[in-house]
Amino acid sequence: MDLSHIFNSKKILRVSFYAVLFSLLSFSANSQEHATADTAHEPATAEHGEVAEKDEDISKVILHHIADSHEWHFFGNISIPLPVILLTDKGLVTFLSNKFGHNDHGTEIIDVAGTQLVNYHGKFYYPSKVKSADGTYISYDAKGELLNGKPLDVSMTKNVVSLLISAIVLLIVFIGIANSYKKREGKAPKGLQSILEPVILFVRDDIAKPQLGHKYKGFMPYLLTIFFFVWLNNLMGLVPFFPGGANLSGNIAVTMMLALCTFVLTTVNGNKNYWGHVFTPHVPWWLYPLIIPVEIIGLFTKPIALMIRLFANITAGHILVLSLISLIFILKSVFVAGVAIPFVLFISVIELVVGFIQAFIFTILSALFISMAIEEKYAEH
Amino acid sequence: MIVGSIAGIGAGLAAIGAGIGIGSIGGKALEGMARQPEAASQIQTTMLIAAAFVEAVALFAEVIAFLGTGQVN
Repeated sequence: MDLSHIFNSKKILRVSFYAVLFSLLSFSANSQEHATADTAHEPATAEHGEVAEKDEDISKVILHHIADSHEWHFFGNISIPLPVILLTDKGLVTFLSNKFGHNDHGTEIIDVAGTQLVNYHGKFYYPSKVKSADGTYISYDAKGELLNGKPLDVSMTKNVVSLLISAIVLLIVFIGIANSYKKREGKAPKGLQSILEPVILFVRDDIAKPQLGHKYKGFMPYLLTIFFFVWLNNLMGLVPFFPGGANLSGNIAVTMMLALCTFVLTTVNGNKNYWGHVFTPHVPWWLYPLIIPVEIIGLFTKPIALMIRLFANITAGHILVLSLISLIFILKSVFVAGVAIPFVLFISVIELVVGFIQAFIFTILSALFISMAIEEKYAEH
Repeated sequence: MIVGSIAGIGAGLAAIGAGIGIGSIGGKALEGMARQPEAASQIQTTMLIAAAFVEAVALFAEVIAFLGTGQVN
């Protein structure tokens, strides 16, 4: 990977200089407008109260942005409603998420075909019998735990739709490529094929072959799938508008399923040598009670580490970008934007690299764990 | 006023450890690559794997910090 020619060009410096300049200019103009509007209309006290409230909510806003939701938000009040599917104690309940408005403060009971529900912070609960002091149908016990029951939520949320979109994209692209390989066998690649062939060869030559040796062929479909799935979703998570923005690989359930696939593959393919290392390790027999539990825990920590690594990396990146933008609101000065926005750009570019590296790491560690399971006994140590 | 929790300090401490770890991995890898440029790609791959293991520890700490602040359910 020789990237030096990108960083050498003087163009970058000039462009980034203008970017900083323009962001400063536009934001300072904006702030003046805002200041004049302020003095003309609103009394200052009301504005201050609102700002102070916002300050405490910033971490909530950030976590809301990286979380899953029942609608796909665009900007302002425009969003795509997604179907809500709930398994309540009275049976299946389905409705579109915007059917009962956008009240998610738990102050309004919605009645769906005889089932009473209340929407509280984007999640559906059964309402409590009496209204609490703060006007919601949500009640807490003394420890601050929610008392309300919750139906099983199997909705098509934003993450589910995003997962389906990326699955469809991957299927279209890779079935197309596979067909053109069949059609144009032995000839030079063409179109999409020539863009993705180096990446596929990279997975084969730098990930599969060094780890798995001559047995790499059987695991190539899995490794390619997982590599492109993680990479595509990391990149889609960085796109702030419609087809992206769902933070799919920053959802621990998704990474758990991916890690579970690797775990199943290792466990199923584990040979005598692999299980021998677990249940009859090469240590004196009186160490067995100590070593065997450690080895068994080791079987599970590997996929768990895989799960947490991807989840935490992507989540950390998103939180970082959102916190830098929030700095403008925390410090209550638009001039911070001149520093914050270029920094956000910089972090976003790093996140592009991180998205690739995490896909690479996930794939290479999967290959490593599989190779541990299938390696033959070669020498007694 | 800046509000935080003690879990944040823990995450920061873990980040120091991971920083030292990744720094030494990167430094040693650079040394190795300078000594044997023909092995650069192999060293790079191994370096990334090792860095991922070290980084995972810092990320565990970060996840625990989140749980500690009680903002991820």
